[in-house]
Amino acid sequence: MKWLFVAVIVAATTGSDTLLTRRMKRHGEIRDFRPGALGRALRAAARAWQVAAAIFLLAVSFFAFMALLSIADMSFAVPATAATLVVETLVARQILRERVGAKRWLGTALVTAGIVLIAL
Amino acid sequence: MSSPIGNLRLKTWVVAVVVVLANVVGNSCLSWGLKQRGRALGGAPLEYVAAVFTPWVALGIALLIVWLLARMTLLSWADLSFVVPVTAVGYALAAVAGRFLLGEQVSPQRWEGVLLIAAGTALVGTTAIRTTAGGES
Repeated sequence: MKWLFVAVIVAATTGSDTLLTRRMKRHGEIRDFRPGALGRALRAAARAWQVAAAIFLLAVSFFAFMALLSIADMSFAVPATAATLVVETLVARQILRERVGAKRWLGTALVTAGIVLIAL
Repeated sequence: MSSPIGNLRLKTWVVAVVVVLANVVGNSCLSWGLKQRGRALGGAPLEYVAAVFTPWVALGIALLIVWLLARMTLLSWADLSFVVPVTAVGYALAAVAGRFLLGEQVSPQRWEGVLLIAAGTALVGTTAIRTTAGGES
């Protein structure tokens, strides 16, 4: 049961971030940081179905994490869901076609190991 | 105007700092606000609605909205595989804040974790911010 929640959290977070990245890359680099322009850009982006779906998946992930915490300790929940970092990096490479070199993999592995150490 | 690459790094770091701080402070506000209520949330929807209107919880939610918008801004130019490990420095920050703001005990193993996260973030930070082709603007 615990691992089922972990799987839901990892999948929902990854799905949410993938949709958000896709949509924002299509929008293009935000260059104007004046409040009005930034607000308009984000409002335009938020109207896309991908952003609505990303927010829904984020909510799924949030409530699944709450549910996981109700049956497992933080020292299980945090390191187990840190797998998200590795899964997201894989998806970024395979689906979003980002170039993930050795340095980025090593850095991501160090961060993941660090999260595990902190939480255990 | 300075070089475009210098600009990109600068704005990436500024927005990344907003993402990390909004997340760490937002979660702390939520946690603090919910604990102050003194009892666990039950199944009644009205209880959740009432909780939202307490100051700390409302502030926490506002900061998490800032977190989402700042992250969307960052992802309009930066790789997901760059943003995720770099903003995970919040895990380390939470441990450091626990030690210095709340006076919690932090074991040597947790300090090692903080160091690993800092090293990993720094390493990813030296890689290209964006490796894919651009959008329309």
